[in-house]
Amino acid sequence: MTGNTPKPRPVSQPESDRFWEGLKVEEIWLQRSVSDGKFQFYPREISVSDPHSELEWVQVSGNAELFTYAIVHVAPHPGFAGDVPYVTALVRLEEDVIVPTNIVGIEPEPENLQIGMRLKPVFEHTADGHTLLKFAPA
Amino acid sequence: MPNIQKLKNISGRAHIVGVGESDQLGKVPTKSPLALHSEAAINALDDAGFQLSDVDALFTAGWSTLDVAEYLGIHPHYTDSTSVGGASFVIHVAHALAAIAAGYCEVALITHGQSGRSDRAPIPRNLGAPAAQYEAPYGIMGPPISYAMAARRYMHLYGEDRTRQAMAEIAVSTRKWANLNPMAYFYDKPTSFDEYHNSRWVAWPFHLLDCCLVTDAGAAIVITTPERARNAKNGSVSILGAGEGHDHSMISQMPDLTRAFGRNTGPQALEMAGVSHGDLDLAMIYDSFTYTVLVTLENLGFCGPGEGPDFVASQRTAPGGDFPLNTNGGGLSYTHPGMYGIFTVVEAARQLRGQAEDRQLDDCKLAVAHGTGGLLSSTGTVVLAVE
Repeated sequence: MTGNTPKPRPVSQPESDRFWEGLKVEEIWLQRSVSDGKFQFYPREISVSDPHSELEWVQVSGNAELFTYAIVHVAPHPGFAGDVPYVTALVRLEEDVIVPTNIVGIEPEPENLQIGMRLKPVFEHTADGHTLLKFAPA
Repeated sequence: MPNIQKLKNISGRAHIVGVGESDQLGKVPTKSPLALHSEAAINALDDAGFQLSDVDALFTAGWSTLDVAEYLGIHPHYTDSTSVGGASFVIHVAHALAAIAAGYCEVALITHGQSGRSDRAPIPRNLGAPAAQYEAPYGIMGPPISYAMAARRYMHLYGEDRTRQAMAEIAVSTRKWANLNPMAYFYDKPTSFDEYHNSRWVAWPFHLLDCCLVTDAGAAIVITTPERARNAKNGSVSILGAGEGHDHSMISQMPDLTRAFGRNTGPQALEMAGVSHGDLDLAMIYDSFTYTVLVTLENLGFCGPGEGPDFVASQRTAPGGDFPLNTNGGGLSYTHPGMYGIFTVVEAARQLRGQAEDRQLDDCKLAVAHGTGGLLSSTGTVVLAVE
């Protein structure tokens, strides 16, 4: 693979425009259920903790901890062929939601990745106009 | 919630009378997926001694029953394209039991055909799906990466070294079963613990030998009423219990990475069947990855959370061991076209009817077949017994 194949990019939906547009100006906005205060990821039309509750958008810090990860050695799509090995991860934000992401800013080796390690957000602005929310050691 | 007392009323009200694979498994570039469906369907009907014209209900996944029925030239009166990944076909067995018990149909055909290795027309991704929006942009695509992240979490909770050893035990024991099955991709190729530990990384913590095959294959199952099952050419297998469900689609939405939905479907299927774990002679457990087996044994209740590594230690699940597991060689070493679940039922039916040749278990009367679909997302469990 040459690495020339484009990577898959997010196709924002009406209920998630606020999330993706926020990332472009380096802000992280999450939905919170008004009735019980629980955050949810990903954005939805309804609150999954209380379907009768209103939802409000709240800006959050992006402080997180590493919940789990994998180190990808075989690219699952030609767009990632030039990136291997790379780290995929699930991180837990302070608001107790799990977010899928990449860990950047470290060599992709298990000894550099401790479950529970503190992470900070990294906003990756792509040449084709998207912003991805990645994380690095805090 | 499922009503176990009502379910007990339909326990055994349908029987598996025929099972079959496509003529070839593995690398089959000369057959389309629908060709594999049809070849397996005819083989399963031949095994039952039934005709295609007997079939009045069709079940499939990955394809619409519209396409499969048209290709086969049948006009079913009951149709079910439930498609929730590789567990679907085990769920179809449960649905066929319910439909037959309710009187919707008498002869159900479940078909599968997939050219995971050679497909000329792979199914395009749905860009509107949450996985395309939230996971794919980060290179979280395809099963190995998602299951690897679940396995890494398990290692954190229960110990990396003992988890690694358990995954190796499963890879090696499953290969030993494949070495007894001439239809298995790795029939002629033994493996070893050293080979496991030295195999290349696919997505750490998964070695290549933690991952299932990618093959071309078809399979089919014929299910009918207990009355019509008496005419079956090679005997029949009673469907005693079943359970199905799912609790997420993307791996990032899984409520607990070490507890898949089998925590519900296993106990339900056993209770409906009126049996307990110790009664079972065979476990056919979808092995998309070694980790899938490890965690499923716990989820189904064969052992407690974190106890899987002790449960599979010392090649207990290999030929000659006291817990026969995945006796066809599994998705790891026999075949895995992408949605493997149907093969767990095919092998269970063969073992129960004494058709498993060199790998035949002694006195196999009661089996559990369990499918896991998507990204540990869906499960289907059935309990099967020979009369």
